[in-house]
Amino acid sequence: MKCLAIAKKDIMMYYLKGPVVIFGILLPLFLFLAFWIGRELPLNFLMAGLISMTVFFASTSVSPVIAPWEGQMRTLLACPVSTSTIIFGDIIASLSFGICISLIPLLLAFCFGFTPNHNSCNTSGCLLLLLPGLAVLSLSDKPALDGHDDLIACSLSANIHKRNFHPCSGASSLGKGCFNAFSSHVFPDVARASFGMESFLSVYMDFIALLIFSVIFLILAIKLHERALLSRIF
Amino acid sequence: MIAIEAEDLKKRFGDVEALKDVSFKVKRGEVFGFLGPNGAGKTTTVRILTGIIKPDSGRARVNGYDVVEETLKAKEPIGVLPEVSNAYPDLTAWQNIMLIASLYGMRKRDAEARANELLKEFGIYERKDAKVRGFSKGMKQRLMLCMTLISDPEILFLDEPTSGLDVQSARMIREKILEIANERKTVFLTSHNMDEVNMMCDRVAIINKGKIVTIDTPEMLKSRVGGSVAIEVSFGERVELNMENAEKVGDKYVIYTTNPYKTICEVVDFARKSGAEIVSINTRTPMLEDAFLKLLEVEG
Ligand SMILES: Nc1ncnc2c1ncn2[C@@H]1O[C@H](COP(=O)(O)OP(=O)(O)OP(=O)(O)O)[C@@H](O)[C@H]1O
Ligand SMILES: [Mg+2]
Repeated sequence: MKCLAIAKKDIMMYYLKGPVVIFGILLPLFLFLAFWIGRELPLNFLMAGLISMTVFFASTSVSPVIAPWEGQMRTLLACPVSTSTIIFGDIIASLSFGICISLIPLLLAFCFGFTPNHNSCNTSGCLLLLLPGLAVLSLSDKPALDGHDDLIACSLSANIHKRNFHPCSGASSLGKGCFNAFSSHVFPDVARASFGMESFLSVYMDFIALLIFSVIFLILAIKLHERALLSRIF
Repeated sequence: MIAIEAEDLKKRFGDVEALKDVSFKVKRGEVFGFLGPNGAGKTTTVRILTGIIKPDSGRARVNGYDVVEETLKAKEPIGVLPEVSNAYPDLTAWQNIMLIASLYGMRKRDAEARANELLKEFGIYERKDAKVRGFSKGMKQRLMLCMTLISDPEILFLDEPTSGLDVQSARMIREKILEIANERKTVFLTSHNMDEVNMMCDRVAIINKGKIVTIDTPEMLKSRVGGSVAIEVSFGERVELNMENAEKVGDKYVIYTTNPYKTICEVVDFARKSGAEIVSINTRTPMLEDAFLKLLEVEG
C-alpha cells in the first residue's frame, strides 16, 4: 500500500520531532496533573476534557505535515501515486500518532484508579473519538505555514470553551458548517458518554453519528486538500 | 515505436498563454532535447507529460497511455526530475530513496540493491545515512537523480538537470544520462545549455512563447545558420589584426568567413609579415547557440 509509505515518512520525519512530542504528550500530561491536583475534579469529568484536548493537539499536527513541503510534494507527485493517496497517507500518520498520544492520559487515568462505566464500549469509544477530530483539522484548506503555535493555542482555547470553538482560521465555510454541527453536538456528547456521564443520545447512536461524521470529514478533507495542494504548488 | 506523443497541447494560466498548439513525437530510445528561453513553456510541457497538470486542450500519451485519462499507467514507466524539487531534509538520503521506491511499488530487496549501486555511482554512498539537510546543492541534485533513477525507468523526464551545478557534478550527470541513453532508454531533456543539448541529443525541439519553432537534429539546426565558419586565432603578442570581419574576443580574434582556406592563408601571411607568432588557430562551425538565436530572431 503506497499510502503506508507516505505515512511512514510522515512519522519518521515529522511526528518524531521534539516540539511535536513535547506539545503532544507533555502538555496534556501537565494539564492533567494541574487540573486533577488543583481542583480535585472527578476523574471521569476530567478525562472527557483531556481526551478531547489530546485529540486536538494531535490533530493540529496534520496540517503542518502537508503544508510546508511543496518542493518535496513535486517529487512525490512525479511518482505513480494520486494526490488522494498522498493525503490519505498523511491522515493515517496523524491518526496513528493521535491514537498513541491519546493513550497516554488514558493510561494515566487508569493508573489513578479510573474505571469506565460502559466498560465494553469505552475504550473503543475513546479511540473512535479520534477519527473525526483529526479529519476536521485537516479540513483547513489553507494550512498555516509557520503557524503551528497558533494552531495549538487555537485548539487549546477551543477545548476550554468546549461548546463554541472554531476550527483553525483557514477552513472553508462548508468545512466550518460541518465542523460546527459536529463539534457542538456530537463530539462532547460522545466524550461525556464514554466517561459515564449523562448524555443526550444513546451511546450507540453517538458512535454511529461519529462514524458517519468521520467518513464525511475524511472525504471532504481529501477533496479540499487535493484542490488546495495543486493550486498552491502549480 | 513512439514513447512520448504530444498533440496540440494548449495551456493557459490566467492571461498567460503558456502553451499554444505544442505537438511533437519522441521515439523510443531517443534523447530528445527541449530548448527554449525562459518562460517558453518547457516546464509546463513537462508537467503535462508527467500528469501533474492537465492541458486545457490537446492530448498527450506516454508509453501509449493518455496522461489525463490513464495517469497512473502513464506514470509507471517514467522517471521524473522536476525543475524545482527537493528531497525531505529531515530524512536521510537512504530513506528518501526508499520512499520513492515504495511509491513505485518496488520490492524491498530490488530497491536496496539498486539504491546501493546508484549511491555509489553518484559518489554519495558514504553520506547515505546522513540527513539531507546538510547536503550541498550538487549533492542534493545527485540524490534527486538517484531518486529519479531508482525505478529503472524506461522514459526519463529531466527538467534542467544540470542547472546551477559545478562542472564536475554537471559532467557526472551528463555521463550518466548518456549511459542511460545507450541502454536504449528514452530521455526528454530540457535545458538552457547548448553544449549539453548538442552533445547529448538525437533531436532538438526549439520552443518559444509556447510554440514549437522547429524540430531537428543539432547538426541540421547548425547548418541552417548558413555556411559560415568561425576562425579563432591567437598571437603570442598584442597585434592589430585589421582584416575584414575580424573581431577581437578576449585574447583572440574571431573571423567569420565563407572561405576558410583563403582566410587562413591571409592570417598566416599577416603573421609572417608582422613577425607575430601564432599561438593557436582553430576553425569552428557555428554553434547551436548561433542557430538557436537566429531561429528565435526569425520567429520575431
Ligand atoms: N502555475 C503557474 N501560474 C501562472 N503562470 C504560470 C504558471 N506556470 C507557468 N506559468 C507561465 O507560463 C509560462 C511558461 O512557463 P514555464 O515554466 O513552462 O517556462 P520554462 O520554459 O520552463 O521557463 P524556464 O526556462 O525559466 O524554466 C511563463 O510565462 C510562466 O509565467
Ligand atoms: Mg522551466
